[in-house]
Amino acid sequence: MKHVNSIVLNGMKKSGNIGCGECQSSCQSACKTSCTVGNQSCKNRDEKVNTVKKPLL
Amino acid sequence: MTHPFCFRYGDRTYCFLFDTESGSLHNVDNVTFLCAKERWSRPMTDEEKSQYSAVSEQEKREINTELDELVKEGVLDSPCTVTMRKKRVGEIKALCLHICHDCNLRCAYCFADEGTYHTSDRAHMPVEVGLRAVDFLIANSGGRRNLEIDFFGGEPLMNMKTVKAVVEYARSREEETGKTFNFTMTTNCLLLDEENRKWLNDNMYNVVLSIDGRREIHNRVRKTPNGKDVFDRILGNALAFRAIRGDKSYYVRGTFTAHNLDFCDDVLFLNDAGFDQISMEPVVTDIPELRIEEKHLPRILDEYERLAREYIDRRKTDKWFNFFHFMIDLDGGPCVIKRLTGCGSGCEYLAVTPRGDIYPCHQFAENKPYYMGNVLKSTEYDKSVSEKFAQNIVTNKPDCADCIAKYYCSGGCVANNLNYAGSMDKPYGISCQMMRKRMELSLAIAAIEAAPQQ
Repeated sequence: MKHVNSIVLNGMKKSGNIGCGECQSSCQSACKTSCTVGNQSCKNRDEKVNTVKKPLL
Repeated sequence: MTHPFCFRYGDRTYCFLFDTESGSLHNVDNVTFLCAKERWSRPMTDEEKSQYSAVSEQEKREINTELDELVKEGVLDSPCTVTMRKKRVGEIKALCLHICHDCNLRCAYCFADEGTYHTSDRAHMPVEVGLRAVDFLIANSGGRRNLEIDFFGGEPLMNMKTVKAVVEYARSREEETGKTFNFTMTTNCLLLDEENRKWLNDNMYNVVLSIDGRREIHNRVRKTPNGKDVFDRILGNALAFRAIRGDKSYYVRGTFTAHNLDFCDDVLFLNDAGFDQISMEPVVTDIPELRIEEKHLPRILDEYERLAREYIDRRKTDKWFNFFHFMIDLDGGPCVIKRLTGCGSGCEYLAVTPRGDIYPCHQFAENKPYYMGNVLKSTEYDKSVSEKFAQNIVTNKPDCADCIAKYYCSGGCVANNLNYAGSMDKPYGISCQMMRKRMELSLAIAAIEAAPQQ
């Protein structure tokens, strides 16, 4: 594509519906573990989402 | 939902489209950015309207053909397909142990009423309560293997006898139960002497060190009962801990208030001091002179942008650091269920007070309508309270439906929503605006850092 450079495709869908409950518990007010959903990684998944490494537009 | 946003770094402005439902991020040129805004009816500035009117019809058609293709592939403007509406109840993963409702600081903004949680005494958790809390967690953990215990306060270092007994007891039950415990502690560092540093380093999975940044900022709100300046002692202890911590998890965690809207300087101060894992949170309080108000937001959002630019620059040097809110795992983030359910308060995460009373989370401690039981009396607890929290899922929050950050913040802190927006399922708007900005910046940073050097 000439106008679009896709960096991440389907990050949500590839994260799947595992729900094993083994990842670190988070705290949305960040007053204890300083971990929110936003910066967590899945403990139970090897598959990585496709990220494209191209110069930005 | 398609979210166009841009970020200025160096002499360039980078434009992006983020598709919330598929989690797809696209970098686009400026003309496509404008066409996307027009196509999905996003507000444009006068300058953008003028630029858009100058785009030729042929170029608009070409761009819309590319956007059509992305929509067809399900990576732009994709529909919500999530159907989950309720959390699982009955399997607990984490306990927050209130090791003492006492503190050796009197921080003005403390949500816990300077450690007492609005109680009349400054209770310390007896060893017996701590051990029964471990039994309670194991008994209610179901099939979960990795369990967590957070030592919290007040100031937990004031009651190390119970902390050490809990760790020793929990470890002694790991083999027999097939469970693994991870321990964390949040401390103000005042008692973080050499002995405590070594013990925490050996036994804690994560340690959160509370410092607000520059001396004058820190001292303004984080005071001792007699008003003594202990900044040097706190910073020195925290740095000494950092020095022995190596690659193991820790954070310095500050709070900014209406007094230091230039909080980027506090983050950079902490980085200059020698920390490389930094978190700086907006205060949530009713105190008029400290609270963040709507009128502060333009300055705060600009400050996050300034921090983002400094962040990218420093991460190319020996001053590399992580800022908690700019970290995002685009390659392997949490599963959909985790994104929907957030912190799990009231369901998989509970808090235990010094007397053994159980509450949905540390922010609800001593809030009697939310009392769920007592670990000294039984390993059973009141699951009807959990049922109320089980509905607290981002897909049940109408205000979150079109938000760029909904699968990354899960609808915010339940306690803050309740205390400041009036309902668990109504997000606190001021926090939302900051969260959305941090989300855009974290995506832009990830894209810029991932791109080959140009």
